[in-house]
Parts: sequence; C-alpha cells; structure tokens
Amino acid sequence: MWELTFPRTIVIGEGALDYLEQLKGRRALVITDKTICSLGITDQVLERLRRAGLEVRVFDGVKPEPTRRVVEEAVEIARSFEPDLIIGLGGGSCMDVAKATFALYERPDLTLDEIVPLMELGLRKKAKLINIPTTSGTGADVTWAVVITDEAEEFKMELASREVVADVAILDPRLPSTMPPRLTADTGLDALTHAIEAYTSKWHNDFSDALALWAIRAIFAYLPRAYRDGEDVEAREKLHNAATMAGLAFSNSQIGIAHAMGHALGALFKVPHGRSVAVFLPYTIEYNARVAAARYAEIADALGLGGQTAEEKAKALVEAIRRLLAEVGEPLKVAELGISRTDYEARLEALVDRAMSSTGTIASPREPGREDYERLFKHAYEGRHVDF
Amino acid sequence: MVLFPSEEWIKRFKEELNKNKEYEEAAKDWEGDFLFIITPDEGLDKEYVFYVDLWHGKCRDAYMVPSRDAKKADFVFEGPYSNWKKLIRGEIDPITGIMTRKFKLRGSLMRIMRYTKAASELVKTASRVPTEFK
Repeated sequence: MWELTFPRTIVIGEGALDYLEQLKGRRALVITDKTICSLGITDQVLERLRRAGLEVRVFDGVKPEPTRRVVEEAVEIARSFEPDLIIGLGGGSCMDVAKATFALYERPDLTLDEIVPLMELGLRKKAKLINIPTTSGTGADVTWAVVITDEAEEFKMELASREVVADVAILDPRLPSTMPPRLTADTGLDALTHAIEAYTSKWHNDFSDALALWAIRAIFAYLPRAYRDGEDVEAREKLHNAATMAGLAFSNSQIGIAHAMGHALGALFKVPHGRSVAVFLPYTIEYNARVAAARYAEIADALGLGGQTAEEKAKALVEAIRRLLAEVGEPLKVAELGISRTDYEARLEALVDRAMSSTGTIASPREPGREDYERLFKHAYEGRHVDF
Repeated sequence: MVLFPSEEWIKRFKEELNKNKEYEEAAKDWEGDFLFIITPDEGLDKEYVFYVDLWHGKCRDAYMVPSRDAKKADFVFEGPYSNWKKLIRGEIDPITGIMTRKFKLRGSLMRIMRYTKAASELVKTASRVPTEFK
C-alpha cells in the first residue's frame, strides 16, 4: 500500500493570483519575507485578499534556512490574530514556515519535532493553508515536507506530515519573473534534483514517475531560457509548473542522497539549498548508477541523449547535467563554492553524520555507509568522477 | 537453523548484532528500547513479543516476553508474521515497511528516521541469523 497526497486545488496560469479574490473567510495571515514585500508581491496578494473581504496581517520575518525561532514568532502572531487562512508566500523557506505555523497554530500542544509522517495531527479545525510560490524550485507549495534548521545542532530537521500539504497552491507565472538569474538557476536545479531523485527512488511509483519525467524534460528545455531572459514568459510558466510537478513527484516518492549531502552542506556551510544539492547530483548519479543504471537510462531516453547500454545512457545523463550546470553558471564541484579544503575536511565527519541521518538516504537506490559518504564528499569537493 | 520466533532466535540475534561493526557505528548515539511484536498469520498461532534494549551501538539485552503488556519500551515495532518473514529475508526494509503500513511503529518516528542506517543494519543482522520459520 502506498498513499499519494496532493493539494485539493492547484491554480495555474497567468492571472492565477486572482483566485485569492474568491476566497471565503474572515482573517488571512500572510507569511513571507522582506524581499517579497520589497518587490511589491505582498501588496498584490493583500489587495486581492482585501477584495475578498478578508482582514489581513503580514508576518515578514522569514529568513533563508528558517530556524525554530522564526517559526515560534510566526506562531505567536497566528495565535493572537486567529486567522482562518494561512498563506505561505515566497520561496521554500516562507512556505515551510507557513506549514509549520499552520500545524502549531492548529495544535498548540505539539512541538515541531512531532510533525512526523504517520502521526495523525488532526489539523484543519481552525484554518486552511494556501501556498503561493514566487520561485520555481522547492516544490514546497505542494509537498508534505517541512525543513527547519535547528541552530543549536546545526541540523536541518526534515519534518513531514501529509496534513501540512496545502489546501490550495497558486502558481502564477508572473511571480517568478522577479527572480534574478542566479536564483533562477539555483531553484531550477533544486527542482531538477527533486525530479531525478523521485524517479530513481526505491519508493517511486507510476504517479511520481510521470510527474518526474515531465518535469525533467521541461527543466532541461526551459531553465536555460529563463536563466538567460527572465522575461521569457513561456519559459517562466513551464519552469514554474515543472517545479511544482517535481515537488509532487518527490513528495509522493522520496528525495535521495544528493539531498542528503546537500542538506548537510547547507547546514554546515550556509550554501543556498538549490546550489548545495545540485553540486552533488552528478556524483550521486555516478554512484547510484552501479545499481540503478536502467532508471537513469530511462531519463536519458526521455531527453534523447543517445547511448546504447544503460550504463552509457546513465553517463550521458551525468554529462548532460554537467553541461546544464555550466550553462547556468553553477559550480561543478564543491571547491568552487568557496569552501576551503581545510574547513571542509575539518567538518567531513559532521557532514557524513548529517547525510547518514537524512531521510534522503533511506530510499536511495544505493544506500551509502559512512565510508562511501566520506568518499562521495571528497570526490564532489575535487570534481573527481565517482568510480566506486 | 534457529526457529523464528523463539527465545533462541532473539538470543542469537543479540549475539550477531553485537558483532556488527556497521550497526555499532551507525547507532553510536542511539538510546532506546524496543518491543518487537509478531502478530499471528500464515501458520503462527499466537502473538510473540521480543524485548530488545539498544544502547550506544550495542544490544544490552534481548529476550522474549509473555505479552505486549509485560514490558514497556520507548518504541513498539509491530507487524504480522508474514511481513516479519519478508523483513528477515531482506525483501523489505524497516522504514519502507513502516511507510507502506506493513509494520506499525509507536514511538518517535522522527528519532528513528535519524538512524535509518542503524535500522537497516538491525535488519541485515536479523538476516544473518540462520532462520527457519514455522
């Protein structure tokens, strides 16, 4: 038995934001960050919510890699304002904080650590959750994952509950057009990593496969275009939809070891999420291909990359990803992230510890132990092909 | 060959687990005891319960208890005999077993999911016990 979970409603296409005017309710709490506010996006949302007759309040204190403290601040506002709609507006951090706030507002007796799969939380007694992504990458608008950083432990808590999947996700392609090229690349490659890992996870299924393959094709086709020209409306829309499809895919399958390693790197060296997972993707494919070449070959076939055997096709996929990384100005090895070898090696054990305890390790087609993780981290630092 | 489930089997499991260096490393910080509950189906006529005390990469104690109420533990891992057979044969892994509802877990899944490698090694160890089934 495998349970699939999707939002009740996904609104797509230009003008999708106008859906907010149809909402029924009394009070809406918008959870976002100061950048989104400064870009005028929050105002666009508030205007529509007010037209729907809603009283609104904004929490704009979300920061990248949000911590427990940020969630606590948002929950405090939710408890005093008593919204019946909670709206996550922004990138993955804003939507993750919205999901966590939604759960803790509904259940004041819960702690963050209790947002776990298979535990019945009994949410939606007070509010509904709406997510509006402004980046095209995290998939947080439709997933049941919530990533919150535990500062004390320098650890990214990978929380999850099907009950924090949004009631409504609104994908308005005009919103990501405000992203600069670097953020477009980082987030787009995060989506690519989601899709490839969802497709090759031990927990993949027909539904996640379909969504993942479509997303992979779209990201290869449209990410370079959106990176070069942020005003390319078609590319923005296709990429925005692909990111959410990749989110649906991994949310109903699982992430893999590129995410396990990327979360570890992000937590210890403050590397932006998309960049930290994408830099590991080629190395983890080389590692996994020893046992899962056929799955990577299917992706290569979908992209028309050529090759005769499954192994050749998997290699072609790795090379295609490297070309894509280079095309959108992303690092091809960890050393290019500006992390010194001394610092990296000093924290190698901590990196391995965190990767080992990531949910990304569970369903990887090939499950690394400590030794293999250590070698993977070293190879990725130096840009060496993985041959073990 | 050792019959599963039996007192002899869980003692043998403890011995094998304490020889497993991969488990010791993966579970070096783990503190928590388990009840493993095998519910009857496919020829098993009654419920069997094992108590397993795991502490910092070692198994401090493991024995059969007369019923699920006879001993308290931080975690309860429960499933039908047929699924335990698949687990011991390595046909399913414990986390996938939980996610696909083949097994029920009571206790903090968050804690378990930070020790997935240890969970995997626990099962690999079970596979190393030369087991025969009823």
